[in-house]
Amino acid sequence: MDMKSIYLLIPLAPLAGALISGLLGWVIGRRAAHCVTIAGVATAFGLSAYVLNYLLNGGAPFNGTVYTWLTVNGVDLNVGFLVDNLTAMMMCVVTFVSLMVHIYTIGYMHEDPGYQRFFSYISLFTFSMLMLVMSNNFVQLFFGWEAVGLVSYLLIGFWFKRPTATFANLKAFLVNRVGDFGFLLGIGLVLAHFGTLDYAEVFAKLPELQNATISIIPGTSWSLMTVTCILLFIGAMGKSAQFPLHVWLPDSMEGPTPISALIHAATMVTAGIFMVSRMSPMFELSETALNFVLVIGAITALFMGFLGIIQNDIKRVVAYSTLSQLGYMTVALGASAYSVAVFHLMTHAFFKALLFLAAGSVIMGMHHDQDIRNMGGLRKYMPITWITSLIGSLALIGTPFLSGFYSKDSIILAVEASKLPGAGFAYFAVIAGVFVTAFYSFRMYFLVFHGKEQWMQKKDDHHVHGHDDHDHHHGLGPNDKPHESPWVVTLPLALLAIPSLLIGAYAIGPMLAGDFFKNVIFVNHEAHGAMEVVAEHAHDWVHMGLHSFMTLPFWLALGGVVAAYVFYMVNPAIPAAFDRFFTSIGIKKLMEEKYYMDHLYINVFAAGGRALGTLLWKVGDTLLIDGLVVNGSAKLVGLFASLTRRLQSGYIYHYAFAMILGALLLLTIWLGGVLQVQ
Amino acid sequence: MTGNLLSLAIWLPVVAGLVVLATGGDKNAPVARWLALIGALASFLVTIPLYTGFDSYHGGMQFEELKPWIEALNINYHLGVDGLSMFFVILNSFTTLMVVLAGWQVIEKRVAQYMAAFLIMSGLINGAFAALDAILFYVFFEAMLIPMYLIIGVWGGPRRVYASVKFFLYTLLGSLLTLVAFIYLYYQSGGSFDIASYHRLPLTMAAQTLLLVAFFFAFAVKVPMWPVHTWLPDAHVEAPTGGSMVLAAITLKLGAYGFLRFALPIAPDASREYAWVFVALSLVAVVYIGMVALVQTDMKKLVAYSSISHMGFVTLGFFMFGGVAGKELNAWAVEGALVQMISHGFVSAAMFFCIGVMYDRVHSRKIADYGGVANKMPIFAAFMMLFAMANSGLPATSGFAGEFMVVLGAVQVNFWYAVAAATTLIFGAAYTLWMYKRVIFGDVANENVAELKDVNAREFLVLAILAVAVLGMGLYPKPFTDVMHQSVNDLIWHVSQSKLPQLP
Repeated sequence: MDMKSIYLLIPLAPLAGALISGLLGWVIGRRAAHCVTIAGVATAFGLSAYVLNYLLNGGAPFNGTVYTWLTVNGVDLNVGFLVDNLTAMMMCVVTFVSLMVHIYTIGYMHEDPGYQRFFSYISLFTFSMLMLVMSNNFVQLFFGWEAVGLVSYLLIGFWFKRPTATFANLKAFLVNRVGDFGFLLGIGLVLAHFGTLDYAEVFAKLPELQNATISIIPGTSWSLMTVTCILLFIGAMGKSAQFPLHVWLPDSMEGPTPISALIHAATMVTAGIFMVSRMSPMFELSETALNFVLVIGAITALFMGFLGIIQNDIKRVVAYSTLSQLGYMTVALGASAYSVAVFHLMTHAFFKALLFLAAGSVIMGMHHDQDIRNMGGLRKYMPITWITSLIGSLALIGTPFLSGFYSKDSIILAVEASKLPGAGFAYFAVIAGVFVTAFYSFRMYFLVFHGKEQWMQKKDDHHVHGHDDHDHHHGLGPNDKPHESPWVVTLPLALLAIPSLLIGAYAIGPMLAGDFFKNVIFVNHEAHGAMEVVAEHAHDWVHMGLHSFMTLPFWLALGGVVAAYVFYMVNPAIPAAFDRFFTSIGIKKLMEEKYYMDHLYINVFAAGGRALGTLLWKVGDTLLIDGLVVNGSAKLVGLFASLTRRLQSGYIYHYAFAMILGALLLLTIWLGGVLQVQ
Repeated sequence: MTGNLLSLAIWLPVVAGLVVLATGGDKNAPVARWLALIGALASFLVTIPLYTGFDSYHGGMQFEELKPWIEALNINYHLGVDGLSMFFVILNSFTTLMVVLAGWQVIEKRVAQYMAAFLIMSGLINGAFAALDAILFYVFFEAMLIPMYLIIGVWGGPRRVYASVKFFLYTLLGSLLTLVAFIYLYYQSGGSFDIASYHRLPLTMAAQTLLLVAFFFAFAVKVPMWPVHTWLPDAHVEAPTGGSMVLAAITLKLGAYGFLRFALPIAPDASREYAWVFVALSLVAVVYIGMVALVQTDMKKLVAYSSISHMGFVTLGFFMFGGVAGKELNAWAVEGALVQMISHGFVSAAMFFCIGVMYDRVHSRKIADYGGVANKMPIFAAFMMLFAMANSGLPATSGFAGEFMVVLGAVQVNFWYAVAAATTLIFGAAYTLWMYKRVIFGDVANENVAELKDVNAREFLVLAILAVAVLGMGLYPKPFTDVMHQSVNDLIWHVSQSKLPQLP
């Protein structure tokens, strides 16, 4: 089989699974539905691993067209693949996490009536995501971009009976569309000035256009690269949930937990990071755009982390953590450390998928109670979930030698070395973020797995209604105890724990110091030297790990863990005191209201749009156009007709009178003319 | 036989309509239905060779037919299609087939007349798209109003009389000016009603401007462009499902086609001069109407407004002058507009059909009367999801290709045109998906919804055919655009040439 067929088969295998499960699910039944989709994704994963191996052993990257979608004015818009190391890595991450989630879903969704539909969607998602990462041009990128958005929409609203779920999915789609609005205009500028939408052709033309200017507002001159890159990045802000377009991600937790892990943590939300890395030759040409990226990322990394501290819903803690980590990746992009961003994307995909799936396992153990204040002491009842959660949390906070450590420390190194104007703020944000991350992660960890078994007391009280339930049971019953999940759930946890532990140490050398991304990611080292600093550290993972014990991030992370332990295990009076303090100065409210961003969107933009729409409709269409002009002229005609009708009275003397009047009039005109001539 | 293909496309449905009409009263309704289906299917099949036999390297007219009609006035029965018009003949015949299927059991009274009206209208519309003689065009263009007037007036809703009269007067008043324009051109050209000769005719700026105004009133009403659009929501709301399908899918296209066939090539200098007016009105349609659509409480009105907004892309694409010295139409925009016209034919027909499916069961078009339809009609909900996404311009559906191309073209001409046009990504998704959420998602809202039955085989067939069309065109629009290139390029070249009389 030639490589092109393999590349074709990789996205088509999950698509086939999705179609069979989706269209014929009612015929083939549940078991066959999960078998066929898992087979499809497993095929994709196996082949992706083969492709990565092939490329690592000197195989040639592939850049070719599958078919021409459209030709206009001599420009071909194609469906085609670009498979190089970056793509191959993404393919492996996507298909591996997807495979884990597919297996996990057997256990998680086994009671759900929409079982086949769910498998169909997640396989369809895998197809869309693969199309996105494998694309060799902007059109297909946009296709994948919107297609993953569609599946995300369908999955957030999977339990479509719940008002909260259908609110969340509409919100997610619309906020993403705001990002896509910028993205589409960016693509438009690329076509308008480069005359092509093929990556390779665009990059080849960069040297001649790097100093091009356009006049967006007549009389002013803007750098083409800056405008284009910022517009493209606005797309990334939507998809990768960067401030201020982040508001959809916490609400997306309304979807079933497996998709939170797959879509809203590991893969789709990182599409923006991937896209910017892919476009590195363009972003390198605009300091302004990079600075914009850097600052947006820093804001997201720090301020979304803060919100993680006050969440009590287990999934929302992980969701805010995801936002914050996406901010870290974006910061790395801004610092021109694209490979670091992608590296963090990869490690994060594993440990965050792990954390989400573990959270799902806890939710199942707790009979769909998601409030961490009702948990506690679960380590005894759910040992596998406990251990894997601990691994995931340690990886997330950047414990030396674990995967998250290597990627996060590299980001901090890169920001430290960046010379952009926003780098000072960004450095502060990522350093402070280390403490915050450790604190909220271990707050959750301790409250869930250690300490008092809060659910013992809760049993007699009414059961708090969880978000992630199946409508018929919520919380533990009077005689229930938390229970470990079945093997289909714990196996993916274990399999994800392995890369969460090891992949950082294994991959940092080739990815950050070696030439894994050679010819794929372009950095202008003279202007942006951050990558070189990172590479110095990255070539020796042992040394980097040992060295970290003497650096600030390690102690900040440790401080966060200790603080969380003291606050929530030793002396709960301390957080209570903090709570009172922050309440008194209004910050608690600000955080509970999520910085009032939702208010802004709902009360200003959404409500404003509806109000304006009503105004235009009632006043513009109904009153002015229809009332005044259309029906008005109809009435005018009617009025005229009623007048003329009166003239046609039928009395002969009326007509005679009119005739004489007319004759006199004509005579006057004629005489006037005659007299004038004379 | 290929020599008379266009005549066949016009007269076969008309004859079929007359035959159906001859079955008489409703006791023969089953016969009328089957005859109508056979007639519509045959009429659709005879249009297929227009595509398969089309020479895409040839930009001029194909399948031409020329016979004298009224020799005293030099009026000819002159037919032909090029890359601009060919698809609309096929699309029209296709839509008629869908309409016959859509009205199968739903229409219970005056079945023969209903089916006949659509078949006859289908032939007349084909005539308008294929006519190369101005008077012939005018006759078809006006005659088409009569069956549509009857469809709304006889099988429509409670305010059908208001709606049908509004529709009729609005469109008639507009097109009367075209007749004046044609008579003027007849004298200017030395006694010809040949449209092609008008294209070659040098005209002063003043004459071109007046002609453009005349064409504007005829065609802008049909499209409809803001602010002469208010007849459309009323007409749609009162029209039966089939009427809405044809209205949205085809008759609106006739207006847009008029700009392409008459306004631009006959008055290129004036078109260029006043292109900004068309662009401004189109962008108002996209943004203003997008917002108006958002707050509609009636599903049909919502989709009607959405049609106006989508048609804004078409007129925007047609008047996008760019290139050297702003003299050339932008090829991306023009082809995008044509693609959008075809796509909108599928998507709007599908949306109106979906609303019809629900209306037939609940007898309400109010969004508030629904909720949780997905619980009872999962198959229907899945189809409607697809069409809602197409209406929101999701890639891989036909709704995306045209809008994408127009936006890409707009960026090349003026960045701010593109900014305004691209807001459709947000508005289009907002009004479509918000409606979908309130109607389809949620728990079963009331007893009517609780009693809903999922689609039957006939409805499934219509939905499936439209779904294939929407997805097929979205995944592979190239076959559609390839046959347009030559004609579009010819048009662009023609419009870039000044027709002002050369001073000696």
